[in-house]
Parts: sequence; C-alpha cells; structure tokens
Amino acid sequence: MILPQHELEDGRKQVQRMTAILEIHDLHVSYRSSGSELSPALKGVSFRLMPGEIMGVLGESGSGKSTLAGSLVRLLPGNALVTGGTVQFEGKDLLQANPDELQAIRGRHISLIFQEPSLALHPTIRVGEQVRQVLAAHGSRGKRTLNERTRQIFAEIFPEETDRISRSYPHQLSGGQRQRVLIAQAIACGPSVVVADEPTASLDPTTQMEILGVFRRLRERLGLAMIFITHNPALLSDFADHVLVLYAGEVAECGPAESVLGLPRHPYTKALFQSTPAVSGKPGTGRKAKLPVILGDSSRSSLPIRGCCFEPRCTERMEICKEREPSPANLSVSHTVSCFKYES
Amino acid sequence: MKVEATATGKNVHPLLKVENLVKRYTKRSLAGTPEELLALDSVSFTISPGTTLAVVGESGSGKSTLANCLACLESPTSGNIWFEGKDIVKLEERACRQVRRQIQLIFQDPASSLNPRWSAFEVLVEPLILQRKFNREEIKKRVNYWLGRVGLSQDIVGRSPMELSGGQRQRLAIARALTLEPKLLILDEALSALDCSVQAQIANLLMELQGSLGMTYLFITHDLAMAAHFADEIAVMDRGRIVEQGPPNKIFIQPEQETTRRLLAAVPRIGRGDQSALER
Repeated sequence: MILPQHELEDGRKQVQRMTAILEIHDLHVSYRSSGSELSPALKGVSFRLMPGEIMGVLGESGSGKSTLAGSLVRLLPGNALVTGGTVQFEGKDLLQANPDELQAIRGRHISLIFQEPSLALHPTIRVGEQVRQVLAAHGSRGKRTLNERTRQIFAEIFPEETDRISRSYPHQLSGGQRQRVLIAQAIACGPSVVVADEPTASLDPTTQMEILGVFRRLRERLGLAMIFITHNPALLSDFADHVLVLYAGEVAECGPAESVLGLPRHPYTKALFQSTPAVSGKPGTGRKAKLPVILGDSSRSSLPIRGCCFEPRCTERMEICKEREPSPANLSVSHTVSCFKYES
Repeated sequence: MKVEATATGKNVHPLLKVENLVKRYTKRSLAGTPEELLALDSVSFTISPGTTLAVVGESGSGKSTLANCLACLESPTSGNIWFEGKDIVKLEERACRQVRRQIQLIFQDPASSLNPRWSAFEVLVEPLILQRKFNREEIKKRVNYWLGRVGLSQDIVGRSPMELSGGQRQRLAIARALTLEPKLLILDEALSALDCSVQAQIANLLMELQGSLGMTYLFITHDLAMAAHFADEIAVMDRGRIVEQGPPNKIFIQPEQETTRRLLAAVPRIGRGDQSALER
C-alpha cells in the first residue's frame, strides 16, 4: 500500500519539470451574513497544483477548506463573495469565466467529490444510470458509446462484480461502494483535476484505506491531479505529495508531505499533530496521560484583530506576533511557513 | 474463555457483566422467506467500576447494537446483562427507568442528538425533570455544577445547541448525561465527529472525570489509537462476536486474530517514524 521511496522521488522530479495545472493566487472569499457585514472565510490563499499531484488540504471546521473546494469550480453558496485573487486553470482565470465556460470546465476538466455519498446519490435511480447521466450531460454521444463508456468506468472502479453494482440502487450498496460510485461519476468525463472534500469522513478505517487505494490507483493509471481535503492529518501520510495546512482561512504551512508531516514547523501544525494519540505498542508509554491540547478555539470571535491569527493560541508567541501578520517564509523551494520564527 | 480479571488487577465486583448476549434481527422481504441477521452472537464481557472497556470493530460489526442493548433501548433476543448484580434484561418498564438513569449514552454527532429548537438550559434540565425527583432549586444547582465541571461557561445556557461549536456541543451532551450521576457512560463514537484538537480536549475531560468521579466507560470506536490511549481493555468485534479481548499492549503487540491485524493496519499514522511500532 505504500509507494516505494524511489518511485515517489521519480514522480516528484517529473512533477517539477512540468508547469502547474491549477494555480491559486491570493484568493479571498467572504460570506455576507445578516446585514451587510462580511465575514472572511479565505484570506489570501495561494498554491500551485502540478499535473498528477495529490495535494492534501488540512484544516479544522471553520478553517475555510470547503470554501476553497467550492471556489475552485465556482460552486459557492449564494451569500459568498470572491473579493480578490485568481484561480488559473490551464492559463484561464476561472473567476472571470462566464457560466458557459464554467459549465464546460466543471466535470469535464475539474470535478468535485462530496463528503456524504448517501446524500449525493439519487435514491431511486440505479447507480449505473447515474454515472451514465453524468456522461450524457457533458457531451451528447450515441446511446451505444454512452453505455460502453459507462461499463468501462465501472470496470475501472469495481473490477469485481462490475455488472451487479452498476445495476444496484444506492441503498443496496455499502458506504465504501457508494463512495466509489461518486468517484466513478467524478472521473467519468476524464478530468485532469479532482477536488475531494472529506471523501472518507463517514467511513470506517478499513474502508477509508480502501478508498485511498482507489484514488492512488487512479492517479497512477489516469494521471489525475487531486486536491484532497480532510481534517485528519494521519490520512495524508503515505498518500499526499504536498500538504497545505489551513488555519482560519490562511495558509499556515505548505510543503512536501514528508517534511510537513514528518517535521512540522508552524506552531499550529506541531500542536495539531501532538494532540493525536500515537499508536505505540510499548508498555506504559503515557497511556491515560493527558493529551496535549491547543487552548482556545478558532471561532471568529476569538481571532485577533491585528497580528498573526494563531497568536492567541500559540505557545511560541513573540512580541512581534501581536503587531503584524507574518508573511510566508521559504524553508526550501517548496516548503513555506507563515510564522515569524522562520522569517529572516 | 472468560476474561474476569481486569487491567487494574483488583478482584472487584464487576459493574457490568454481559453473558451470552444475542440479538437477532429478522428482515422481511415482500416475497420469500424472512432473512435472519445475527447482530450480536453470544457476546460476553465484564467491566469493573472505574475502568474503560473499548469496543472496536468495522462498521456493521454490532458495536452500536451492543450499546443500544446495554442502554435498554433494545431488548436482546437472549442472554443476560447484569448491572450491579441485577439482571436488567428482564426488568419491567418502571424498574428499567431506574437503571437507565445509571447508564447514559453519548452519541457520535451532538449536532443531531441535541434538539436544535431548545436552549442549552432546556437540553440540560430535561433528564432531571423526567426523573420527577428534584425541585427547581436543586435542578438549577445541578445544572450549574455540571456546566462548570465540563468546562462550559454559564452564559451559554440561553443559546441553542446549533450556536455552539462542535466541542462545546459534545461537552453539553456530556454534562446532560452526567446530571443524573450515572455509573456507566456509553460513548458511542463520541469523539469521531470532532476535529483532532477538539478530540484531545474531550478525551482529556473524560479521563479527568474518570479520575475524580470514578466513572466507568464503555468506549465504542473505530479509532484504535484513541482506544489504546484511553482504555484499560480492548474488545475487538467482528460480525457480532468478540473475537479478541485484552489490554491495549497485548492487542497492539501480539494481535491474535486476522480482524485485529486488519484494523491495526488501517490505523493511519502521521509521519513514517511510528511505523516501527507495528513491525515488531
């Protein structure tokens, strides 16, 4: 289940030579709440996604990770307002695209997978037909080609029991199988980028692993690039190539997975990883001991008006943190941290 | 094989003793013979006061059916549940209510287990009113005490549960369960829906309450890492049976069953450094 190290290295070298398939620059999104008050959800998020790369986006509830997913394909609630930035896809700014252009991109080039598979599927239509409808909606082809293509997709995702599953209704399938149907819909039109918003949150660990395996295989076979949004840092190790840590709508840390997960630099990332109990078989290693926690919370009312947004909860705060916001500091070519500790 | 000894090693009277518990569901289809589903297949275990038993397993292994049977929400097909020496399976409704007070449940998602149209105060007092034993003064005193105990401030009582954060909501659910001073708390995936940093806060709260009040927990989860951190014993369930039971160290170092090994292999870990713990 783990890619051998040399393969990963090779993959990354290839990635570096190519240009970004998706480039997000200084994205600002706010929600209009009651009255004319604007509450910011994303405050200047920038990153690049390379072809065939898996970018893990890590953040707790309220960090803006779902807003990020929505703004990439401009599927945001009605009260959302993109107040700045660009989303470049293959050289085109999606934020300036007109509805027809967007419709052509959604599904065909960038597709979205949601968290709750039982809500995203129609309960009384066979799942095979639901995948076929996605194909039909994105290009009118003859009946025979449509059916043939649907069968190919199902064979790709469900190598066993292909026909039985495509003839089933959602309620006849397990949670993991339903999630796979959503994946089938997402890849149906051969997109180059898949955005998955917490796709495994409602599944148990064995099924989670299975779904990650499906994603990994699709990446290898179809060269899909992926933005994988989750609140569970542990899911990303051995899976993501890059990890982006969001905190209160800002990028706290972004870099190669092994360096962010193995040696986190930002105080928030560090504290977050320490708060999960480690799996150790050693007798008496701090069992039942208090887990280290991050004091306070990230609700909007507790965010500071000035300075670094993590400052009130940070254990390594300095005087300067209260005064102004840190700008991303480069630790290496691809690893950036927004913290004064690393600013030179 | 009966595991009577507990992790603490003391020879105490068990708080809860479950013997050969069986729950069978019958699924009726429109035509043909009814299908039988064995959700619990002669499950037996004991929990000593002040300890935690974690029940782990994949979805569909019968964990939640077990919780529902123990909380008298469902009646088992056969078998016995001894709570403080009394068999609670055969109790009548009135006596059952007394037992339910002692066994409280906390669910996975506090957003759906708390009434969104009530205020936090109403959520908290409901169990006290239903018991019909307390006057206004006492109810207020208890509510205030437990709010402070779980780390919530007094000024949230007027708010609806939906206006609270996930962590605050789960604290409210815990406070609500504790107002009746139960002896056993069944935590049905009580941490799974929370963010990592909030999980740690709630886990700490539960461990602190166990230390100071001597609470007993049945911790149902699919998070093996948290189970190992939290529990004195771990029981692994697969298709309605407890296939393996023992202290966390044993389960992690020498798993005997295929199910346990599969669950262990699926535990996601941060970084590659921890991998060695499993390969030994």
